[in-house]
Amino acid sequence: MARSKNPRAGKIGIQGRILGYLLRHVQNLLGALGGLCRQPLASLMTVSVIGIALSMPAGLHLMVENGRALSGGWESTLEWSVYLKPGVSERRAQTLADELQGQPGIEKVTVITADQALEEFRTGSGFGEALELLTDNPLPNVLVVQPSADSESAGQTTRLADELKKLGDVDLVQLDTAWVQRFHAILDTVRRAVTLASAVLALGVLLIVGNTIRLDILNRRQEIEVAKLVGASDAFIRRPFLYLGLWYGVGGGILAVALVQLVGLLLREPVSRVAGLYGSDYRLLSLAADEAGLLLFAGAFLGWLGSWIAASRHLRDMDPEF
Amino acid sequence: MITLEHVSKRYPGGSEALSELSLGIEKGEMVFLTGHSGAGKSTLLKLLALIERPTRGQVIVNGQNTAKVSRRRIPAYRRKIGMVFQDHKLLLDRTVFDNVALPLVIAGMGRRETARRVRAAIDQVGLLSKEKLLPMALSTGEQQRVGIARAVVSKPELLIADEPTGNLDPELSLEIMNLFDRFNEVGVTLLIASHDIELVRRMGRRRIVLHEGRLQADSGADGQLHGTV
Repeated sequence: MARSKNPRAGKIGIQGRILGYLLRHVQNLLGALGGLCRQPLASLMTVSVIGIALSMPAGLHLMVENGRALSGGWESTLEWSVYLKPGVSERRAQTLADELQGQPGIEKVTVITADQALEEFRTGSGFGEALELLTDNPLPNVLVVQPSADSESAGQTTRLADELKKLGDVDLVQLDTAWVQRFHAILDTVRRAVTLASAVLALGVLLIVGNTIRLDILNRRQEIEVAKLVGASDAFIRRPFLYLGLWYGVGGGILAVALVQLVGLLLREPVSRVAGLYGSDYRLLSLAADEAGLLLFAGAFLGWLGSWIAASRHLRDMDPEF
Repeated sequence: MITLEHVSKRYPGGSEALSELSLGIEKGEMVFLTGHSGAGKSTLLKLLALIERPTRGQVIVNGQNTAKVSRRRIPAYRRKIGMVFQDHKLLLDRTVFDNVALPLVIAGMGRRETARRVRAAIDQVGLLSKEKLLPMALSTGEQQRVGIARAVVSKPELLIADEPTGNLDPELSLEIMNLFDRFNEVGVTLLIASHDIELVRRMGRRRIVLHEGRLQADSGADGQLHGTV
């Protein structure tokens, strides 16, 4: 009955209807933006709170990413000491080195023969005279394996060590820079903490938007009741509020991107100075385009969802009276 | 058009606003609903507008049992009924034109058709020269006429009015009633709640008198009461 009563039925085709539907959505979208601009200060406050809330996880994420990039740089300078079994000849060591050289994940292999090692030990350790008493050289031949620069993660380097251990002539594979792995473990922990913090802050954004929209709905109670009396559906009444929430979220997302980039810009100079002192040309990473896009999308989605929850909850209670 | 069968309405914690009320209104009738305040006039209109649901009994509007109209379908149901209120319920921050256009905007009508219909409705209540004004710039009588234009803009078959002249002096009230008369002439069914007995009597239409939620008297179409008043 209601459908056939629709005055447009029969006059305008399906295309016209879809066009009209889209047109109304665009009107709502722009209308909501206009509403924000009419109360610039209040809107700016809400957008700022959302922006700050969103920039926290984004900034922390960037910090972790920088840590990862930095430790990746360290790892490429790591070396594995591969101790060959006693009795493996110097020539065999050299052959092994040649075999390993050029395998994927390996940058360079150097042989330290038992004699070289003993000589080094003699001069370097201060036990020179004691060593004179030994009739045999107790030291094994050693291969120093340097992983290639592209094997960045801890997992990859560990896998390389495991492979080296499987070689028949190998006695022991040692990486005396276990602290790098600890650093990675810490980084993983921090990353998980960032994920949790993101979830909490996302909830915060939902509540902020929800509360703002709730107040807006209460302010416009009379208008909503009149619209309900003349036959507006909940969806129709909810729509402008959804777009309002969407704009809050988008605004917050833009602000968050701007904040993170600004902080990055301010830190770039001091970071590269510190890096320079350590002889590194490390440059601070900033948000990539896809990360910035994700932040905007997250803001828009949270804004929309927050207002949807608030609107659905409060519009239902607002039945008209006369 | 409207059929009530043994309708009772009890508000939570209150007494019965309507008890065992049965009545029928034919298509094309213009009926006045009178009685003291608290007699159940507003409750009856609220049942018709689905703002309230009856505790017992059936309300059938335009062949449709209102008990079968789900919450989700209420908006579509209301779009088929024009409603006029004592306090006119206009949106004060929107122009006369925008106020009258609201039901059509809600129904999703195209812009050109909306503008044409809105102008026609505003013209019918004689306010075409004031379509761009805000409601506060109008007199009380004019505001009520805007409310009526909004109620008829979507061409409903049924128009219900709750004390439409409650805030108006006798002259303006008569003007409003004459407006309703004209809508009735083109076939709109009207149910108008009013406690202005003098005015109602002058209109010479069917009168339904409620007393404490019960039907006290029901005149014929001539407006002559046959019950005990």
